[in-house]
Amino acid sequence: MNTDQLAVVSRDVRRCFEGREVLRGVDLAISPGQFVALLGRSGTGKTTFLRVLGGLDPDYDGEVLVPRHRAVVFQEPRLIPWLKVLPNVTLGLRPGGGGREALRQQGIGALGEVGLAGHAEAWPVTLSGGEAQRVALARALVREPQLMLLDEPFGALDALTRSRMHALLQDLCARHRPAVLLVTHDVDEALLLADRALVLVDGFITLDVPVTLPRPRDRGHPGFLALRGRLLRELGVTEPGVTEPGPN
Amino acid sequence: MADIMAAPATSAISLIRPAAARRRRLPVRVPRLARRVVGPLAVIGLWQLVCSLGVFTSVEVASPVAVIDAGRQLWDQGVLQSNLLISLLRVVEGLALGVATGVALAVICGLFWLGEDLLDPVIQAARAVPILGLVPLAIIWFGVGETPKVFLIALGCTFPVYINTYAAIRGVDMKLVEAGQTFGLSRWGLVRQVILPGALPGFLTGLRFALVGSWIIDVVAEEINAQSGLGYLINQAQTTNRTDIMFLCLGIYAILGLLTDVIVRVLERTLLRWRRGFAGA
Repeated sequence: MNTDQLAVVSRDVRRCFEGREVLRGVDLAISPGQFVALLGRSGTGKTTFLRVLGGLDPDYDGEVLVPRHRAVVFQEPRLIPWLKVLPNVTLGLRPGGGGREALRQQGIGALGEVGLAGHAEAWPVTLSGGEAQRVALARALVREPQLMLLDEPFGALDALTRSRMHALLQDLCARHRPAVLLVTHDVDEALLLADRALVLVDGFITLDVPVTLPRPRDRGHPGFLALRGRLLRELGVTEPGVTEPGPN
Repeated sequence: MADIMAAPATSAISLIRPAAARRRRLPVRVPRLARRVVGPLAVIGLWQLVCSLGVFTSVEVASPVAVIDAGRQLWDQGVLQSNLLISLLRVVEGLALGVATGVALAVICGLFWLGEDLLDPVIQAARAVPILGLVPLAIIWFGVGETPKVFLIALGCTFPVYINTYAAIRGVDMKLVEAGQTFGLSRWGLVRQVILPGALPGFLTGLRFALVGSWIIDVVAEEINAQSGLGYLINQAQTTNRTDIMFLCLGIYAILGLLTDVIVRVLERTLLRWRRGFAGA
């Protein structure tokens, strides 16, 4: 495999927790700029895999290659409560040639992209859930990552805020073109956003399909429904409310 | 639906507004500071009343008026200022030394397993030794000058600062540490920007204990072995049955305790602005 053209390489990645094998050999390659959704029921190791890629879990077996510049957006915003919004965004960045002021402008620019330039001096505790998560997104974006790792970042948001965040994320990704791994259990979210959908079952990737639907995505598109059914089946969901699309 | 909307006001279920308990306000807006001095003033008033009624002899309990008189006398002689200053100096020196040591030990033990394993048992054991039991030893080691007093105060301040700061460092939210790691904070950056600020509330609690403890140790050390300081004044007053001077010194300690508390409150308000805790009802 030629790894020059890839943003993520994972070969036979395994991870055990006290004898329980959560990841049992994950093989995956992600191209630069590709938006990949990783689906799975809870407890299948989605987050475990994301943590390995994020460098938060050193105790895995197998081979993993990721870009140096990567950023994580967690399910919760994880803003540092004693730093105001702007220093949270620029957390860990060192002033470059432009000095502190340039870094500041960079941070404000990122906040502007998520529509929160006016909140630079606010304390995290004063933000709403959606705002805090947008700050977390800005914090990830400001480092121009080659790989963005999103761990169910919209799971805790209400449906309306979530759909706004979907639009924002698509917009940001179109502009910055990072490779993205989005961990989610929401099939619709995956199909709305991703170029490619994976399903993780019992520690293996059991399904890997391209999502070639035209953008902006339409939940009513027959291709959308077909893929949705296929992914849900793979996830083992057989709820009566889920209707399979007919042949026409 | 229409039927429910049209239900008469005397329906079986009585509905209430789900409002949180409202803060009861005084009819007249009294400044915070004024409200806070009401309590102490009432105590002093009661004290004067009891003395005026002759419940105690003036040797048993000096009245507030007598205490203020004694204070004026000593001030005019210059005795009060010089002794107060020397006590203050001892406390400041001991406190600075003790707090610095406590924080340093807490950082070593909080950040490094090796530091914890080597130092923590020793500190815990030393903590159990009553500081005031060390007074005779301190005199043998350091003589009768300033050093034993500062040493004892420093020692007494080290432990509360250590215990609280160390526990707070270990209690910093792992999720925030992870967030800092993924965003490229260096080890030192992590300590400086995430771990130490996160441990601040604990440190301030320790500081409060240390401030109060420093005055207690100061007075005891000065009563046993000193030619100056507030504790020495109390001791001298005892030999001449001057209850008014004793009460004066105790009153000064109380005021100093209050002042140090104000200092910590101000520190908390400025350093912990990011927090939004329960504000009281």
